[in-house]
Amino acid sequence: MAILDEIKEAVVDGETDEIEELVQQAIDEGIDPNVIINDGLIGGMDIVAPLFRDGEMFVPEVMEAADCMKLGTALLKPLLGDAGMETKGKIVIGTIDGDLHDIGKNLVVLMLESNGYEVIDLGIDVEAETFAQAVEEQKPQIVGLSSMLTTTMMQMDTTIKCLEDKGLRDQVKVIIGGAPITQEFADEIGADGFSKDASACVELCDSIVNAA
Amino acid sequence: MLTIVGELINTSRKAVNEAVEARDESVIRELARKQADAGATYIDVNCGSRVHDELEIMEWLVNIVQDEVDTPICFDSPNHEALRRGLEVYKGTDSMINSISGEDGRYETIIPLVKEYNTKIVLLCMDSSGMPETADDRMKVVDALYAKLKADGIDDDRMFFDALVKPVSSITTAGLEVLNTNRRIKDKYPDTHQILGLSNISYGLPKRARLNRVFTVMTMTQGVDGYIIDPTNQKTMADIITATTLIGQDNYCKKYIKSNRKGFFDIDD
Repeated sequence: MAILDEIKEAVVDGETDEIEELVQQAIDEGIDPNVIINDGLIGGMDIVAPLFRDGEMFVPEVMEAADCMKLGTALLKPLLGDAGMETKGKIVIGTIDGDLHDIGKNLVVLMLESNGYEVIDLGIDVEAETFAQAVEEQKPQIVGLSSMLTTTMMQMDTTIKCLEDKGLRDQVKVIIGGAPITQEFADEIGADGFSKDASACVELCDSIVNAA
Repeated sequence: MLTIVGELINTSRKAVNEAVEARDESVIRELARKQADAGATYIDVNCGSRVHDELEIMEWLVNIVQDEVDTPICFDSPNHEALRRGLEVYKGTDSMINSISGEDGRYETIIPLVKEYNTKIVLLCMDSSGMPETADDRMKVVDALYAKLKADGIDDDRMFFDALVKPVSSITTAGLEVLNTNRRIKDKYPDTHQILGLSNISYGLPKRARLNRVFTVMTMTQGVDGYIIDPTNQKTMADIITATTLIGQDNYCKKYIKSNRKGFFDIDD
């Protein structure tokens, strides 16, 4: 279907002015809203992610593509009925206690949402208890911790221990990321995964939910 | 007088961390020497990535650097214990601490060191309410910190405000807000200094060096007189020298002419 290809292309090119019109056209042609989302909008993001990972696309382009995705999804959501949007899984995410950085974390949220995940963003400066509470209430498959400072990265350890203390650790996979974070550190504190950037994070989450 | 803090001795850089692991002094010595020769006025020492042995490594690095060069050291850590360890073994008289911010607790733990060792101090324009977005956000922190420092007897000349650079890739006006802040600090507190670690400006974009260099020159026009950079990057240093001349801080264009004679400008532009 040509219109789906056009939507895909508009997402990749970040055509925020055109995307709603194209999605409306697809709706008018009678295409299933889920198909428009998966093969059109997410199809576009599937092209963006590897290009971003390989350094051929850049942060502002990804943000514009994600804006297209959001505009399109907003039109389609009311048409999805009771079942709502199909999601790949639920992820709770936040920047760790004492750390106020959010640019990298927001980019990860954007990429995850654009790739079909439901993301609960707890924001910055999130205490271990708050993560634990969200895991208990939201029952996500994955919880993502971000830290940009060497002084706050040990809070990731604290958060994992807090999940253990509350008997929640087995219910959720813990993934971590941020400038000072390495795979060695992830192993040291017993995290289930580490990714070095937002597109690698999508791949990591895909591999976790597919293995479940 | 421009302040150039050479940023290369940082254990979050792979080569430095490996040298630390192997206790290989020669790598650290060479980095200190290269930066001093390139015009660094302070040598930054940052081993914050060594979460388990930061104090011990700080002492080790400081001893090597001060043995190799006479250039003053910039002690770079949010951890006051690591700063103290470094300052205790330091033999020089001029030094800098990087950094204090308006965040809860940070000022109180670090200011005693600034006083005791009579250091210069880098002041990050952020507080516990979060990262600043606008120039107004930043000026609130600047005003609060300035008042506190004055009350603690710190002279304007020892204050180095860092306006906190964020990426233009995620916030379109991130550069503009910093430039506006620079001008306002310069107008309001003319005897203080301003310093920037500005490579964050280009995060997420191609050809980052281009953005970094142009932004460096733009901030100089707004009153910034210090940079935390890799001084061995000849292009950046050539830009800074040239800009110094153009903003009227190079009598008889002496620095510019001398730098040219020394071959500093013999690089591809």
